[in-house]
Amino acid sequence: MLSILNNLANRALAKTGEREAEAMKFGIKAWRNGGRERVGSLDLVNNNAAIETPALVLTTRKGLPTYISPDLLPSVASPDSCLLQASPLHFLDSASPKTISNIGGLHQLVSLHGYSFTAAPRDSILCLPEYESTNKMGASFETTCGRRLIKPAEYMELVSALNPNLWATLADEVPAWVSEKRNKTSVDRTVRWLDECIALDKVGSRNVLGAIVGGSSIEQRVRCAEEVTRRNVSGYWLGGFGLGETMEERPALLCAVTDILPTERPRQISGLDLPEEVLQGVASGIDLFDSTYIYHLTLGGYALTFPLNRNERRISDEGNDIKINLKATIYRKDTSPIIDDCRCYTCQNHTRAYINHLINVHEMLAQILLEIHNTHHYLGFFRAIREAIKEGEFDLFHENFVEIRHDHMTAVAANS
Amino acid sequence: MALRFEVLGRFNRARAAQLTLPHFVCQTPLFMPVGTQGTIKGLTTNQLEEIGCQIILGNTYHLELRPGSDLIDELGGLHKFMNWPRALLTDSGGFQMVSLLHLADITEKGVTFQSPVDGKPMLLTPEQSIEIQNRIGADIIMALDDVVKTTITGPRIEEAMYRTLRWIDRCIAAHKRPNEQNLFGIVQGGLDPVLRDICVRGLVDRNLPGYAIGGLAGGEDKDSFWRVVAQCTAALPEDKPRYVMGVGYPLDIVVCSALGADMYDCVYPTRTARFGTALVPEGILKLKQNAMANDVRPIDPTCMCMVCKNYSRAYIHSLVTKDAMGSQLLSYHNLFYMMKLSRDLHASIVEGRFPEFVREFLQNMFPKGNVPEWVCNAMEVAGIDIAACCSPFPAPKIGLEALVSPMVQQRFSQMNNHSLLSSINQKLK
Repeated sequence: MLSILNNLANRALAKTGEREAEAMKFGIKAWRNGGRERVGSLDLVNNNAAIETPALVLTTRKGLPTYISPDLLPSVASPDSCLLQASPLHFLDSASPKTISNIGGLHQLVSLHGYSFTAAPRDSILCLPEYESTNKMGASFETTCGRRLIKPAEYMELVSALNPNLWATLADEVPAWVSEKRNKTSVDRTVRWLDECIALDKVGSRNVLGAIVGGSSIEQRVRCAEEVTRRNVSGYWLGGFGLGETMEERPALLCAVTDILPTERPRQISGLDLPEEVLQGVASGIDLFDSTYIYHLTLGGYALTFPLNRNERRISDEGNDIKINLKATIYRKDTSPIIDDCRCYTCQNHTRAYINHLINVHEMLAQILLEIHNTHHYLGFFRAIREAIKEGEFDLFHENFVEIRHDHMTAVAANS
Repeated sequence: MALRFEVLGRFNRARAAQLTLPHFVCQTPLFMPVGTQGTIKGLTTNQLEEIGCQIILGNTYHLELRPGSDLIDELGGLHKFMNWPRALLTDSGGFQMVSLLHLADITEKGVTFQSPVDGKPMLLTPEQSIEIQNRIGADIIMALDDVVKTTITGPRIEEAMYRTLRWIDRCIAAHKRPNEQNLFGIVQGGLDPVLRDICVRGLVDRNLPGYAIGGLAGGEDKDSFWRVVAQCTAALPEDKPRYVMGVGYPLDIVVCSALGADMYDCVYPTRTARFGTALVPEGILKLKQNAMANDVRPIDPTCMCMVCKNYSRAYIHSLVTKDAMGSQLLSYHNLFYMMKLSRDLHASIVEGRFPEFVREFLQNMFPKGNVPEWVCNAMEVAGIDIAACCSPFPAPKIGLEALVSPMVQQRFSQMNNHSLLSSINQKLK
């Protein structure tokens, strides 16, 4: 059953300031009565195309993809590939906030004006929350510059200089196994830092995502969500996931939060990487996914191959694989592309044999080609999710995918 | 013969030409990036085409090791394997063996070495080198030569030169695809003009499609370097391409082009990029320096590449040596620079403004006029007047030195008397 809700604008009065303040608009385009999944349209009002959600947020290092150079980025399934993650903590070493401001902010720094950035402190690759060293002054992270304690003031200095389209407030993320007391403290701190960050925000919290934590405690999750919804934020960032909670306990935690949040504001999450985890997130009403899946696949020499057409079940074993490992010697002489009808640069130009060779001789081009294909493919997965929601068939899509995965794992186990 | 070489313009010894190869029509002078293992580090073939790359070099030694020339052949040749539609050149594999491998030994049969895979003794003969290159399928293949370091002296150099000549015949005999692949001979002979001369004559007698000047770019002093190049380019046939192997620095390329060379290769632009160094008209720019951290200018304000049009030194500084993207962007810029240099050399010769180009190049690189002496000497022989680029003449000195100040040296340029110049230079040292 489909019902379309009207767009609800989320404007604040424009303030005069040195840089043009950008309001964000988010509207629900499709949803199902009785379901939490929804298709939304995120308009970041920066003259770029609106982004349809659920959407993948691409991982970056200092604003650019890890391997895909900026001139190759447009060919990776535009306009879908327009939303990029950026962790302000990437810039702890350089460039300085002052220099970034002088240059004109993140978009100018990396020369990606046609793209939108969403910033959160946590980056599951380089900036890992280090909960034991976090204290009331700030959140501790393991970064490329060593362990650093990030206070709201320092965080906001970077956020202001970068001026991303969306940004999440500083959070105290804890893994699932901490004590109740520690978990409770993390909620208190996160809410307090939210207020501090908003107070320090020069452009007036038009594009702020309030951070919600609470570990594996439904009670704390609810408490945090209720606190955050009382603040004037444009959307929500769910933190503390992908830090030890099981697949089984996660849906309940997610839904406990999303059921409290206003429908018409976007929800972003970090830490749900795998396709099945993304599907869990979609099922509970999450809109934006900051996933490092592509990064890890690429480094491992893997290429995604699972079928995107949800009605298609390929006959061959390989057609039902989630991914292939191009390091394997069986690909030495394989002159086919990763996927026959894939339209990405890698599949249109190169063979499995060539990528196998590049991986074996440790050439960077291997990672470039794999990141291109994997990004293209995963963006296709998100597109398929949106189609399924629009047609009211997301549950079926979800089930189907899990089944393929299960069959594949069973087959692998049987063969080994 | 599978190439055509047509000179389109000249200035004294320098020439601009069209080199038609089986896979691509090239404009010379040109620089060939080195794609050691079937890829230029960090760049796609698409990007290489965009920046104007015409020929890429592949290393036979590395490619034979992995993935193997048999596999490459089975999959249709290296062009198809890499999906590179333009031209390819492979070297013989000899140089890598001598420089990379422990206990490589050269005998009349070939190069014996320890296999890096299992330590067993292996032998690369001229026949095998050509067979491997036949399978890889490049447009230009190189003869296996007996390479010695230019810093070595003594009878070894003469032995190597004569052996190179004997091996060229074996290479020619082993070459199965002369209508699709061009076998270039390599002139050896160290720094000895007599040996070089013998080698040149010997190779020219074999009537090969093209010739390389080898055994340089290995640590010899610049003064010796240019003289060998000058001697060889003077003696090699006019109507065939001349390839100076292992060169290199933009300055060296400009000088060698002035002296009549056409093709160059070197790992320098891409390797130096990975260490954070950019090529600019002034020379080099080290992006790792702290001064770059807040410099909001592009690497080179005059450069039209994607990197210079979009990124600041500050941003590149934050990436270099830490993130793969830093290497990629700098490699892109550096190769763009080299391709532009190639285009500028060709165009300026064709359009009759080569001396102006050389002067501008030197003025950018040596704004204080301190053009190195070897460059001045080489340009004299090339017949290019660079007086305007050189610093004002020093105050007159007493004694012999007064007779041989730079001004006087240039006044003697008509003499073209190399030995006089070198004996004068010797005395000045």
